[in-house]
Amino acid sequence: MRLRAALALVTALAALVGAAAAGASEQRPTPAELESELVCPVCESTLDTSNAPIAQRMKAVIRQRIAEGRTKSEIKAEFVEQFGTSVLATPPKRGFDLLAWVFPLVGAALAVAVVGTLAWGWSRRRTDGGPDAGAAPRLDPDLERRLDAELARFE
Amino acid sequence: MNTRVRVGAQAVAVAAVIGLLALLVWKVAFGGDNAVTGSLAGGDRPQAPVFELARLPDGGDLSLDEFRGKAVVLNFWASWCGPCKEETPLLERTWKRYRGEDVVFVGVNVKDFRGDAVAFLREYGVTYPNVYDGKGWTVGRYGVTGFPETYFLDAQGRVVFRVAGPVEAEDLDAGIARARAST
Repeated sequence: MRLRAALALVTALAALVGAAAAGASEQRPTPAELESELVCPVCESTLDTSNAPIAQRMKAVIRQRIAEGRTKSEIKAEFVEQFGTSVLATPPKRGFDLLAWVFPLVGAALAVAVVGTLAWGWSRRRTDGGPDAGAAPRLDPDLERRLDAELARFE
Repeated sequence: MNTRVRVGAQAVAVAAVIGLLALLVWKVAFGGDNAVTGSLAGGDRPQAPVFELARLPDGGDLSLDEFRGKAVVLNFWASWCGPCKEETPLLERTWKRYRGEDVVFVGVNVKDFRGDAVAFLREYGVTYPNVYDGKGWTVGRYGVTGFPETYFLDAQGRVVFRVAGPVEAEDLDAGIARARAST
């Protein structure tokens, strides 16, 4: 009981700390965060890994906007307005881009369903006594009697 | 194993494969990437993809269709591109030389901050029409491989010549001559 209460407390604290960090990141983003979440439109890698001229210009704009006190969402929205949603390292969870999030989940669910169905089919076939049934073949009653008699001699 | 389940799983797998193949065919046939550049390299005169984009520095939209009947020098550029800075004065001078004739220059600013593009046009005193394509819609349609890149269109809107990289005065005159001569 105590263990459960401790676990619940730890989980609640972790959620609280996570939410506070996310809020701080939204209100006061760092250049490093945004550079890892935005993509250079020419080289198509994240800004933190690119030294292309446009990437350098974008980094400068990010620093300028942070200095102006803009939130992470506002800065990202400005970049999307200029360069389109392809400037985001992860697609937004709405509209057509939502498919990028949904497809992997649907694929994983389908894979689990297929594997589960196959496993269920195999296990049913074994318990039904099909060709793969694992039960040992029954002995001839006469042979079984003789075997019991032989074993009794050793007892 | 249950036959119905097996047939169902096979149907799902076949449908997935057909779907992926259809996507591939669609991308190859209608994706349009490098369509113009590839066709031009093969000796054809491909139709230039028509666009309607916002004028720079401001104002309404500009459609490429507006210039049908004239030779068009279509220059793709960006303010962060060094060679674009070098060739812009030549483009402006040549535009002024051909102005009033059946030749139009159009600049397409691509993958750039709109404010930077406007500042660039002011700095270099560009007077020919320019449009803004921050999202780079035209890049794939034309098959632009880098910046700057210049396409020459004839009066029917077909691409007859292309220069990758900064243009020289001879390139401009040769491209315009080919666009005008194309029937």
